[in-house]
Amino acid sequence: MPKRTAKLVLATLVAATLPFTLAACSKGGTSSSSATSGGTQTLTMWTHNAGNKAELAAIQQIVTDYNASQTSYKVDVQAFPQDSYNQSVVAAAAAKKLPCILDTDGPNVSNWAWAGYLAPLDGMDDILSKFMPSVLGKWNGKTYSYGYYDVALNMMTRKSTLQKYGIRIPTIDSPWTSDEFTAALTKIRDSGAYQNPFDLQTSSTGEWWPYAYSPLLQSFGGDLINRTDYKSAQGTLNGPEALAWAKWFRGLVTNKLIPLKSSAAPDKDFLNGNTAIIYNGSWGAADATKQFGDDMLFLPPVDFGKGPKIGGGSWQWGVSAGCSNKQGALDYMKFAAADKYVAAVAVATNLIPATDAAAAMVPGFEAGGANDIFRQYAKKYAVLRPPTPGYTFIATEFTKTAQDILNGADPQQALDTAVKNIDANQASNNYFQ
Amino acid sequence: MSAAVVAAARATASSRSGHSLKKTDKHSHRTALLMLLPAGVLMITFLLIPIGLTFVLAFTNARLISPEPAKFIGVGNFTRLFENATFWKSLGNTVLFAVVIVPIQSAVALALAVLINTRMRGVNFFRTVYFLPVVTSMVVVSMLWMFMYQPNGLINALLAKVGIQGPDWLGDPHWALLALILMSIWQACGFHMVIWLSGLQTIPGELYEAASLDGASRWQQFAYVTWPGLRQTAIFILITITIAAFSLFTQVNIMTQGGPLDSTSTVVFMAVRTGFQQQQTGYASAISLVFFVIVLAVSLIQRYLTRDKEAGR
Repeated sequence: MPKRTAKLVLATLVAATLPFTLAACSKGGTSSSSATSGGTQTLTMWTHNAGNKAELAAIQQIVTDYNASQTSYKVDVQAFPQDSYNQSVVAAAAAKKLPCILDTDGPNVSNWAWAGYLAPLDGMDDILSKFMPSVLGKWNGKTYSYGYYDVALNMMTRKSTLQKYGIRIPTIDSPWTSDEFTAALTKIRDSGAYQNPFDLQTSSTGEWWPYAYSPLLQSFGGDLINRTDYKSAQGTLNGPEALAWAKWFRGLVTNKLIPLKSSAAPDKDFLNGNTAIIYNGSWGAADATKQFGDDMLFLPPVDFGKGPKIGGGSWQWGVSAGCSNKQGALDYMKFAAADKYVAAVAVATNLIPATDAAAAMVPGFEAGGANDIFRQYAKKYAVLRPPTPGYTFIATEFTKTAQDILNGADPQQALDTAVKNIDANQASNNYFQ
Repeated sequence: MSAAVVAAARATASSRSGHSLKKTDKHSHRTALLMLLPAGVLMITFLLIPIGLTFVLAFTNARLISPEPAKFIGVGNFTRLFENATFWKSLGNTVLFAVVIVPIQSAVALALAVLINTRMRGVNFFRTVYFLPVVTSMVVVSMLWMFMYQPNGLINALLAKVGIQGPDWLGDPHWALLALILMSIWQACGFHMVIWLSGLQTIPGELYEAASLDGASRWQQFAYVTWPGLRQTAIFILITITIAAFSLFTQVNIMTQGGPLDSTSTVVFMAVRTGFQQQQTGYASAISLVFFVIVLAVSLIQRYLTRDKEAGR
């Protein structure tokens, strides 16, 4: 029996493995619109907003308006929790069960477009020209997605703090220079009045690292990858500019200007007066203004040579490539791009509205409003994370490298390793051609 | 652990079937296969197929997300892996973790077992307390220890009471792996304590009586009665701790993400990071395959060494 069982098991193993290995090679997506009896076609729509009531309600309102506005199509919203959303999309794509309309995080757009998940938004150029460039998901010259809002990174501090130490209040036209910033932080540190002179929120994980820290690198003149052809990071991520960034980054820790690892809630440290200046997204503005009122300042990031930079691109909407009723999906996308909907979602999320006309409708974001400064930062400083399908890999590699540098790794060696790995990944994918 | 169980099951199966095969007719043979079916299907689906896939995928450039089919690339993944400094560092960490944790954890567990192997009031209370960390989810334990290990956390506060300036446990490359080792021993030693305890209770009390009549001291009783009686238990504990130590992942993933400076990166952590976050299915399969070979070799060596002793007795 042992011999026979062994043979049987072996045969079953071989038989069972073969189809799996073959199946693993084919991928793509089709389907997900169905006709109902009355001639109305149902378009399925997925969103990551299940845990975000306000935003989901705003989206739901757009869909309700759309369904009432015509009789050919009916959009059906299905909401997912954000943590499992990306896995759900990838799994659905493998099973060819993607919905017609779905939202994606900005930096993922090119990866999903390349993988054949998303279809270009044809015939929407006129409408989309009114949107801020940082909310559009582009790859290979085509637009695959648009978003209702963006976020702006900024330096949050208090007027009284800067005045106490005689530090100049920077403006959008005249931001802090590198030397000025270091001198200011040193002054604050030497006073001993703050536990953290500056806080980069290093305790955050995931996308925060490339989102928040690659703009610093770009202000120095480096970048995650050479953007002329997106083939290699050689010289951009390990050149002299990148090295200068790495040394400055580590220097913040050795000079005791930032905590090596921030606390679990760095924004609370700022609100409690333990942190003098915090690098934060505009999502923290409402709480800070409530706490400090007029004393609160939202300053532009530091100019390290190439001007201040901030990350651009948040959640955006697109149409799946396998949608059997693209016309219907595009019809919805056009309807939903109206300024009043952009304004409605921006109000619900308290983020920067994507069009000028919408901004005029959102309290605080109108020209001269309290939050208008974030819109100006987003327009003037935003740099998209590199729109290459290799970005998902680059992001993990940059995160690890930045963490190693902050912890004292040799900067040149760490950057060289990152470049080697990124280049190997780009090459092994035939440069995503 | 599963590999050891399978091997044991196979050993019992073969020793029994040897004489019964001649007598059995086709009918009972078929029944046997039928009984094997549920377990067989599960084992094939969740154990053998994934292992088989690993063997195939390790030699391709398969990706988690890609419009292009996977291509056969020979041993490219392996040459890349062996040139990777992080891999060697991870392997070193994994081996170091196992080498430190196997003797210490089994010794601590044995000490606890001997302590509570007495007939006194409230012994069940201590047994429960020592076993509590085992039934607590590793994720929860990791989160709690993360707070305790903070530079101004509970552990450093206690150290400060006796005048020691504690390090930044998880933030310092020199201390991070030690911090994980200490916390892992605390979490798992209760489980092995129970196994030692069961071993201790199989040793007949007469042996101790006889030993004490012969005038053996407490230590001599332990060395010449208790320890030889625990040999089988010791082998089981050695193998289970080793395998558990090699698959170190949860603590690393939650507490340090392999950092700082790769000081806590392990082979399994590297494989998961490569396969899911970096989407390199083929490369991750190659890492898993190398890991498989290493664990297999270690298990075989252990089996060989322990079998030798069995035969000698």
